[in-house]
Amino acid sequence: MAFPLLTLTAAVPALGAVATAAVPAGRRTAAKWLALAFSLATLALAAVQLVRFDPDAKGPFQLTESHAWIADFGVRYELGVDGIAVVLIALAALLIPFIMLAGWHDADPQESGSSRWRPTQGFFALILMVEAMVVISFEATDVFLFYIFFEAMLIPMYFLIGGFGDGAAGQGDAGAAAQRSYAAVKFLLYNLVGGLIMLAAVIGLYAVTADQLGTGTFSLQEIVQARAAGKLDIATTTERALFLGFFFAFAVKAPLWPLHTWLPNAMGEATAPVAVLITAVVDKVGTFAMLRFCLQLFPEASKWATPVIVVLALISILYGALLAVGQRDIKRLVAYASISHFGFIVLGIFAMTSQGQSGATLYMVNHGVSTAALMLVAGFLISRRGSRLIADYGGVQKVAPVLAGTFLVGGLATLSLPGLAPFVSEFLVLVGTFSRYPAAGIVATLGIVLAALYVLVLYQRTMTGPVKEEVRGMPDLRARELAVVAPLIALLLFLGVYPKPVTEILDPAVRHTMSQVHQADPKPDVNDVEAAK
Amino acid sequence: MSHAASVHSLWTMSADAPQKIPAPHIEYAQLSPTLIVLGAAVLGILVEAFLPRRSRHPVQLLLTCVALAAAFAAVVALAAGGYGTGKAHAAAMGAVAVDGPALFLQGTILLVSLVAVFTFAERRLDPAAHGRPVDSFAAQGAAVPGGRAEQDAVRAGFTTTEVFPLLLFAVGGMLVFPAADDLLTLFVALEVFSLPLYVLCALARRKRLLSQESAVKYFLLGAFSSAFLLFGVALLYGYAGTVTYSGIADVVGGNVRMLDPVLAGTTGNDALLLIGGALVLMGLLFKVGAVPFHMWTPDVYQGAPTPVTGFMAAATKVAGFGALLRLLYVVLPGLRWDWRPVMWGVAIVTMLVGAIVAVTQTDVKRLLAYSSIAHAGFILAGVVATSPDGVSSVLFYLGAYSFVTLGAFSVVTLVRDAGGEATHLSKWAGLGRRSPLTAATFAVFLLAFAGIPLTSGFAGKFAVFKAAAQGGAGPLVIVGVVSSAIAAFFYVRVIVLMFFSEPKEDGPTVAVPSPLTSSAIAIGVAVTLVLGVAPQYFLDLAGQAGVFVR
Repeated sequence: MAFPLLTLTAAVPALGAVATAAVPAGRRTAAKWLALAFSLATLALAAVQLVRFDPDAKGPFQLTESHAWIADFGVRYELGVDGIAVVLIALAALLIPFIMLAGWHDADPQESGSSRWRPTQGFFALILMVEAMVVISFEATDVFLFYIFFEAMLIPMYFLIGGFGDGAAGQGDAGAAAQRSYAAVKFLLYNLVGGLIMLAAVIGLYAVTADQLGTGTFSLQEIVQARAAGKLDIATTTERALFLGFFFAFAVKAPLWPLHTWLPNAMGEATAPVAVLITAVVDKVGTFAMLRFCLQLFPEASKWATPVIVVLALISILYGALLAVGQRDIKRLVAYASISHFGFIVLGIFAMTSQGQSGATLYMVNHGVSTAALMLVAGFLISRRGSRLIADYGGVQKVAPVLAGTFLVGGLATLSLPGLAPFVSEFLVLVGTFSRYPAAGIVATLGIVLAALYVLVLYQRTMTGPVKEEVRGMPDLRARELAVVAPLIALLLFLGVYPKPVTEILDPAVRHTMSQVHQADPKPDVNDVEAAK
Repeated sequence: MSHAASVHSLWTMSADAPQKIPAPHIEYAQLSPTLIVLGAAVLGILVEAFLPRRSRHPVQLLLTCVALAAAFAAVVALAAGGYGTGKAHAAAMGAVAVDGPALFLQGTILLVSLVAVFTFAERRLDPAAHGRPVDSFAAQGAAVPGGRAEQDAVRAGFTTTEVFPLLLFAVGGMLVFPAADDLLTLFVALEVFSLPLYVLCALARRKRLLSQESAVKYFLLGAFSSAFLLFGVALLYGYAGTVTYSGIADVVGGNVRMLDPVLAGTTGNDALLLIGGALVLMGLLFKVGAVPFHMWTPDVYQGAPTPVTGFMAAATKVAGFGALLRLLYVVLPGLRWDWRPVMWGVAIVTMLVGAIVAVTQTDVKRLLAYSSIAHAGFILAGVVATSPDGVSSVLFYLGAYSFVTLGAFSVVTLVRDAGGEATHLSKWAGLGRRSPLTAATFAVFLLAFAGIPLTSGFAGKFAVFKAAAQGGAGPLVIVGVVSSAIAAFFYVRVIVLMFFSEPKEDGPTVAVPSPLTSSAIAIGVAVTLVLGVAPQYFLDLAGQAGVFVR
């Protein structure tokens, strides 16, 4: 039996969660270091995955594991990674230690004797639990296995959002707690409803396979092969209904307009590290699952739905950007910017061109890193002043230049400045979209203009201008905070100049997905463009 | 009447041959689970009569636990002896089936009851009264609350240990109920387990009026439903000339084996069959709490002593659905096209009403009552699948659900204030901050109710919906998913209340229970998680048990 590397990568953080939760109440600091150690061990395992992964190997999945699990449901414990999964696992494993470091003091119980229930152990254990579930959903090649962790992930996330606030709300503690629990419930219900609709589709998929193959199966490969061999013939309407069931859940998670409204609440009320966990790590499962499950299980229905999804993605891009321009709250601004960026990712996926999908997958990575940089610095800023409102800041760059500088770099990455990582992916998405849907490509470009507006105005209002009275004594970034931000910025620069190591791993997987959908890139043909006019 | 000789059953044989009455042939070994439980119940009454008060509690507890464990061992022995599969047959002259579903359900009922006994025996939650430890029960159910008789009883130190034999009698009836293979046995079993439950409901030590009200309500509505059932039985007898399940099924299927001249006018009359079948179904749907026969559920669940509620919610449901399955799959399969649309309707309404009405509830016990109605709807979705998969999914769901229910009600007994259990939801605010472990345990049960993956609730829900989808009941699955979403809302609301709300100044305290309740809760959590993560063994078990004997 081969070494179960994939299982181990998910099991280590899970074990870490249990171990961290078991640390006695008095040993807070020990719990933090323990959790960090487990997250670093996970990062090491993710690195081993990257090394052992061979981008040029034949076959869709590598490092596979397969065991019987619930035979009655046709469910197997099947793991495997393709290029996209292995990169996203690495991204998640990389971000978690930074998230922990950034939130090092977020869950310290207040010494003032407040009755607030925020044990440090719980905070770090929940983060590790989320990491374990995210990793295993990237690895699962069995639809049911994926579904289980896709859903179960909501519970620790829910407690992270609802249980730990950043203490920066103006309207008193009780009001803040109420807002936070509202945000947590909204998050949970949106995603739970999405998940339940997917459950109906999952059951439907089982019924279809059981009907035609004799025994029901959830194995992605088995289903794809059976379809290719003509043994499994899903009726057009059934395929469309199943596709919609799956897509709905992923569109809630991603999130896509008009199912996005939980994200600004959740990101606004959660602490900055948790907000990063939501948008940079957990939400990636949604876009990833569109590529892995929607496109591969239901290629025909995907093509059928493409026009509508492209329009929704465009609306997300513009709507998110416009609302970001109008925000008064820093964290909500970043949330709306994320909605806009997820629009780009979905657009790239459903443009059905290899450039678009390469760009989209690379975008997932870059968005993770750039949002983490921006949001974590924003979190440091907010923790200093105790307010999330943009209007409460001004002239910070004179008092805390390093903080302002890193904030600027994070912001510039968000607006896709050439030379920083997101530029490459955004450019690929736009080019890929343009070659198939020229009009959509043009409209999406407006999103970049708006991004420049919301980022630069945010920077101008908070960092430049006369120094506000409350900001005057603000300390600059501390060593711990710098240790969080510096590597992320270095990574942004590196991937901005030289994205090849990542694209090399991603591209074969993207080509495979494209071939599953039976899509070839449109030829750049002058007559086509003429005809389109 | 010798021409009717072929309709021998346990109930009719003496009428057939008045001149010589042979002893009925009874397979005692195969009926041993029921006999052990009922025997222990009789012994329990003797204990009440002859033992001094002080020693009754430990003796009763021991007797009950040993009896239930022994009965469970007997079930396992029968199943191991092949009675669940190859040797399945109808024992006691066709009155009681010994087959896979019967043994599976009996095993479930016995285990559930064993855990429920732990909560019955809990005596540490309330402070001792008059120097004696007290449990959740009153000594005299019929005494006027706060009246003279009640005070005297308390002062004299009357014991409350007759709940144990009552429980055993109820369990005995429940064991026969899903195994009953003729309609009269079904009716007798129904009464045997219902009457002790009516009495148990009236025995709450606190909130006496509510408790008595619940007992009266349960009794009156239960009596109605029994009457419906009995009337249905009579009509079905008129239709088929026999009360045995297989006999009726034969007549429904068109292979009439005999024709009694007295009944010649009615035999084969479809009106009798349809009305009779509907009435019997009504009686059973009442017991499982399906809409529109659910009216009693919230009041009874709220008023009854919480250990009894937990026992009733878990075990009655198992027994009731067992009987319903047998009736639909053995007696009326030939009538599938008539009852399926009706059961579809009942399932849909039950799911929706349970989930929607639960949203407005402010009392934990009423909330769980409505949630149990919604779950009855989910189970019905598996029942209408009319396939072996449907049977085994329902069996699995019942096992999973009953332990979650039992665990949840056990937690409810722990949260107390000056007036006894603090069941109003507003009092649960901030419980997670004050006693994280209790709140976390309750959260696990709520998540299982909500069907979150990695809990038994999800595996069960998936099993029944899968069976329903394969049985062509796609719309039921959609409705089920929608009501799950609605249901998730109120389960989550309780979690929010416990973890994210500020605790109240005069909030309840969590009593420290004895190992009895602790182990009941621990078993509930363990079963919930094991069935959620590794359900295959139990699915296999339920799958093997999925075939009814005819």
